Amino acid sequence: MILSLDPELMQVLLLSLEVSGLAICIAVVLGIPSGVFLGLRRFPGRNLLITLVNTGMGLPPVVVGLVVFLFLARSGPFGNLNLLYTPSAMIIAQIIIALPIVMGVTMAGIQNLDEKLRLQILALGASKLQYFWKLIEEGRLIVLSALAAGFGSIISEVGAVMMVGGNIKGQTRVLTTAIVLETRQGNYSLAIALGIILFLIALLLNLVFTFLQQRRSS
Amino acid sequence: MKSILRLKDVEVALGGKTILNIEELDVRSAEILTILGSTGSGKSTTLKLMAFLIKPKKGELFWQGKKVRFPVPLVVRRSISMTFQDPLPFEGTVFENVAYGLRIRGIKGKELRVKVEEALELFSISHLKNQSAKKVSGGEAQRVALARSLVFRPSLLLLDEPLASLDPITKEGMIPELHKVLKQLGITCVYVTHDQEEAFALADRIAVMEQGEIIQVGTKEDVFFKPSDVRVARFVGAENLIPAVILSNEEGLVTMKAQGKTLEAVAPFPQGTGVVACIRPEEITLKKDGAALDRVTARNQLPGIVLSLETLGPVIKVSLDCGFQIKALITRRSASDLNLKPGDAIFATFKATAVHVIPEVKGGTNG
Repeated sequence: MILSLDPELMQVLLLSLEVSGLAICIAVVLGIPSGVFLGLRRFPGRNLLITLVNTGMGLPPVVVGLVVFLFLARSGPFGNLNLLYTPSAMIIAQIIIALPIVMGVTMAGIQNLDEKLRLQILALGASKLQYFWKLIEEGRLIVLSALAAGFGSIISEVGAVMMVGGNIKGQTRVLTTAIVLETRQGNYSLAIALGIILFLIALLLNLVFTFLQQRRSS
Repeated sequence: MKSILRLKDVEVALGGKTILNIEELDVRSAEILTILGSTGSGKSTTLKLMAFLIKPKKGELFWQGKKVRFPVPLVVRRSISMTFQDPLPFEGTVFENVAYGLRIRGIKGKELRVKVEEALELFSISHLKNQSAKKVSGGEAQRVALARSLVFRPSLLLLDEPLASLDPITKEGMIPELHKVLKQLGITCVYVTHDQEEAFALADRIAVMEQGEIIQVGTKEDVFFKPSDVRVARFVGAENLIPAVILSNEEGLVTMKAQGKTLEAVAPFPQGTGVVACIRPEEITLKKDGAALDRVTARNQLPGIVLSLETLGPVIKVSLDCGFQIKALITRRSASDLNLKPGDAIFATFKATAVHVIPEVKGGTNG
């Protein structure tokens, strides 16, 4: 089934990659700079924000799904956007799951960089923006870890996408929701095939991250 | 000489406690000013203040005559560069490390390449340019750090113990090299160290720090041979500090009484002044034969007993009891010629000009 590139299976796979890929891209673009900022700057309310990020890192996806569902539901504040049960809703939910993870890992990593290294960058005349950018460059391993942790959490997540996407065949069905459905319906071979694909994606990505990490640190 | 950076009545606090308190310190154009002090004396804090990396609690800083306001404009910050004890290499090649300061200043292409290569050449590391900066040896990494700090020709270069983590041989080789580069480029440099030899070898002027304060600023000759107070004297290796009282002063040649012994020195203080006679151990010569003293022109000749001998590499430190304890540094050859051993009777001789007299009351700064 995998080898024959079954069109239904391919569609599920591509949607999974599309939704989680887009969600992680947005989470990284928002989460890395804000993680760096949170790691370096002292401002009122910082501790509260850090607590929120840490809580967010352990937030059950199904709760995120519920909140997004309530916001996007027809009677909710954003009901008129008609986003519920669309891939956009799934992307929104996954961004909310991945963002605190990306921010939290980045923040911890940046705080672990040698304080003198930070002073050294400033002492060579870096502007604020150049300083932030250089820290991200120096912490490439951290950025990779944040990316890996964030993507890993959303590609394998089922609760939120199920709630806000609805698992509609051909529209919002992704690998995880398909596995749940096929298992329930007794289509074990399809469920196993989907499971193997999900496992292979995770394996492949981690191989790439591990390779990049080890190359940098060796 | 023109002052490029002036610190005036500055105070830096950490956790409510004042850790730095400098009345006045000038960095003069094209000089190498060494800040000498022990660990925790406030040297590094002073350097961070000079790099405008920290803000003083009180006081004023003047950059090229103009008062500095925080946050300091980028253009002013970019006139200054700093290197730490740890070379702190960035990711990437040696070339890219050295190029960083130029890139952030918008310099690229051929100009960038030429400037980086010049800097690599200055520190003899051209052959390393394509290597990862994190994989070169300690001495090489420090050269990379120095090249990275100098490549954009800062108006002021701040070096925080840049050679402290190197082995003695590498360090010894790098001191004259660094001195040559700084003088060749005419770069103003503030160099922080706890090592008096390093300070002496590099400095035009030396500022001695203790407990967050500058206790003396002057030429290196002043600081080493005419310390303004006992703390400086101790720090620059004038180990013999003998309390005395001035008995007479005849046109600058003073006679002092120190624990029943008479000492002669050149000093401006009047009769009755309580002083400390300060003699560097290398200024003392030892004679075993009393008859040979006739041929010695030194005005101070003290009989004493050898207490102990301590070998310090190529020299030997001899402790003597001359009524008070003094220490002399002599070569191994002299020690063997004299056949010195504890208990021997000996004469310690030194010139009146070798005795630096410090008033007993803590002195101020000079220079």
